[in-house]
Amino acid sequence: MGFLTLEGLTRLYGDVAAVSDVSLSVAKGEFVSLLGPSGCGKTTTLQMIAGLVEPTSGRITLDGRDITHEKPDRRGLGIVFQSYALFPHMTVAQNVSFGLEMRRVARAEREARVRQALALVQLAALADRYPRQLSGGQRQRVAVARALVIDPPVLLLDEPLSNLDAKLREEMQFELRGIQQRVGTTTIMVTHDQGEALSMSDRVVVMEQGHIVQVDAPYRLYESPATSFISAFVGKMNRLSGVWRPGGVEIGGRLLPCNGAGLSEGAAAVLAIRPEKIGLKAPGAGVLDGRVKGRFFLGSAWFFTVETPAGLIGVSLPNAGEEPAREGDAVGLDWSSTSAKAAKPEGAQGA
Amino acid sequence: MSGARVSTTPWLLAAPGALLFAALVLVPLALTVVLSFHAYDVARGVQDEFTLAHYAAILSDSYFLNIFWRTLRLAALTTLICAVIGAPEAYVLSRMREPWRSIFLLAIIGPLLVSVVVRTFGWSMLLGPTGLVNDTFRGLGIGTVKILYTETAIVIALVHVMLPFMVIPVWTSLQKLDPMVEAAAWTLGASRFTALRRVVLPQVTMGLLSGSLVVFGLSASAFAIPALLGGRRLKMAATLVYDEYMHELNWPLGAAIAMLVLVINLVIMLAYQRVVEARAKRTLG
Ligand SMILES: Nc1ncnc2c1ncn2[C@@H]1O[C@H](COP(=O)(O)OP(=O)(O)OP(=O)(O)O)[C@@H](O)[C@H]1O
Ligand SMILES: [Mg+2]
Repeated sequence: MGFLTLEGLTRLYGDVAAVSDVSLSVAKGEFVSLLGPSGCGKTTTLQMIAGLVEPTSGRITLDGRDITHEKPDRRGLGIVFQSYALFPHMTVAQNVSFGLEMRRVARAEREARVRQALALVQLAALADRYPRQLSGGQRQRVAVARALVIDPPVLLLDEPLSNLDAKLREEMQFELRGIQQRVGTTTIMVTHDQGEALSMSDRVVVMEQGHIVQVDAPYRLYESPATSFISAFVGKMNRLSGVWRPGGVEIGGRLLPCNGAGLSEGAAAVLAIRPEKIGLKAPGAGVLDGRVKGRFFLGSAWFFTVETPAGLIGVSLPNAGEEPAREGDAVGLDWSSTSAKAAKPEGAQGA
Repeated sequence: MSGARVSTTPWLLAAPGALLFAALVLVPLALTVVLSFHAYDVARGVQDEFTLAHYAAILSDSYFLNIFWRTLRLAALTTLICAVIGAPEAYVLSRMREPWRSIFLLAIIGPLLVSVVVRTFGWSMLLGPTGLVNDTFRGLGIGTVKILYTETAIVIALVHVMLPFMVIPVWTSLQKLDPMVEAAAWTLGASRFTALRRVVLPQVTMGLLSGSLVVFGLSASAFAIPALLGGRRLKMAATLVYDEYMHELNWPLGAAIAMLVLVINLVIMLAYQRVVEARAKRTLG
């Protein structure tokens, strides 16, 4: 039995299900991310937990208590809204202090805690500004401070870092993760940044069109995505269609090595391999030859698109400090059979 | 593009409106001011002499002062009642779902489409000794209550007429408020009432204050309602002016009363505006 559990949670808008049959059990102190494309129901799920959207059906329990129909002010959860929802007529400090006032915290303690929370989000200098005088990222951090300051048992974060620059975002990720580990706050974070979800969470929940499609630890999610949708959404994935032969998938008369449990010889198959699992070699030295079509420098890595008889393949190489193959160069692509997986094509799965 | 041309364009664009305003408001106003200083003789009518006698007469006569005082009192009371009814009404309206919202909004604005005179006659039928209201009172055993030709009748009808002018600005300012802001207050532990008081109300103050300004101004200068529901004896400023012009035929005195009412109204509204603006500066920057 989890600390926070959702059972068959469903929310209809008219005939359309924004969230349908979502069940999830979150342990105390766990950090869970909700990941999914825009409009898949992440915010709706979070707001049902917060008590701001009434579930059409289903149950929510917190620490063994049924809170499905409890008023939001009784749940005591800390929430960062996607739209921040700061109080426009209150200063930054007043915004952060509001939750403490509602809890009747004494003035001196309140001020100390507000200062502490603002320092945490690096906004101590702006305590007397009004929200309209802040940048988007600063507002977002006020929202985070306002949710953190009340020491909630559960933190619900709706894209809490989406508006921050890369460096600040990393720092805030570190802080949020630190708080969760230090204080043991159970945290549910909505994001559509897969990197953020993978790096911060104990478990990642992937949603698609209102459904949960996979719940797994970040590593397992990345290595064994349940569907092609997830493999494309979490990281990049090359998908090559061919025919299964023992030892690999045959495409254009060439056998590409990969694992393929449960496939019968001659059946249609799709080979899936991550770009970073492919190495570049001299032509003829790999399992497949091709020509570099595009080359992108990403700082820590190079990303190539390589034109091959099997189709366009993305390859990612760590930046080793010297310039690798250029556009137009002939190259060989190499990978081990354990790093690629073959499966039946998606559409044929039901048949 | 010459600088001169650029700077004359706004003037040219504003000219038609300015001319219309001058012709229809400023000129009659100026004529009224001039008229109010003319002497008046019962036998010979308006004279060409300059005098301050009318102003002196008004300001020293408790009959006039009473009417001024009643005008301000009833206008203020109407404003207060409109605020107390209108603000919650606007809030409920803003939280309604379609199509109910449109239907109720229409119900609130709809009466503006009916002439005030017609609506006032409606009220006088309802509130009269044999009207529906008194029928009900008698049915409940309360007996007949005199409502028509009292200040109560005037205030009831004024509130009815003025309510849209309060609801609409408040509703507009509520529209600008992200509903999630109120929700944020709940999640931080505020009860519905506390969230309304601490979060929603400060956001609609501007709407409330500007609505009040309009309602007060219109109520203080209302004519048809006090004329029809106040009867011959219960006068307000506008009916008093009408009387001086049409019954006493003392136009200069009527003009002087009109000017005084205008000045009093203007002073009150400007002072109020000051307060509103100071507050806006503080809360909205
Ligand atoms: N009040 C509403 N009325 C009707 N439909 C709604 C309402 N709120 C949300 N929806 C619909 O429900 C679906 C899920 O919305 P939700 O806000 O949960 O998406 P999301 O996953 O948070 O997306 P994003 O990443 O863009 O924030 C969307 O298709 C949206 O259009
Ligand atoms: Mg969302």
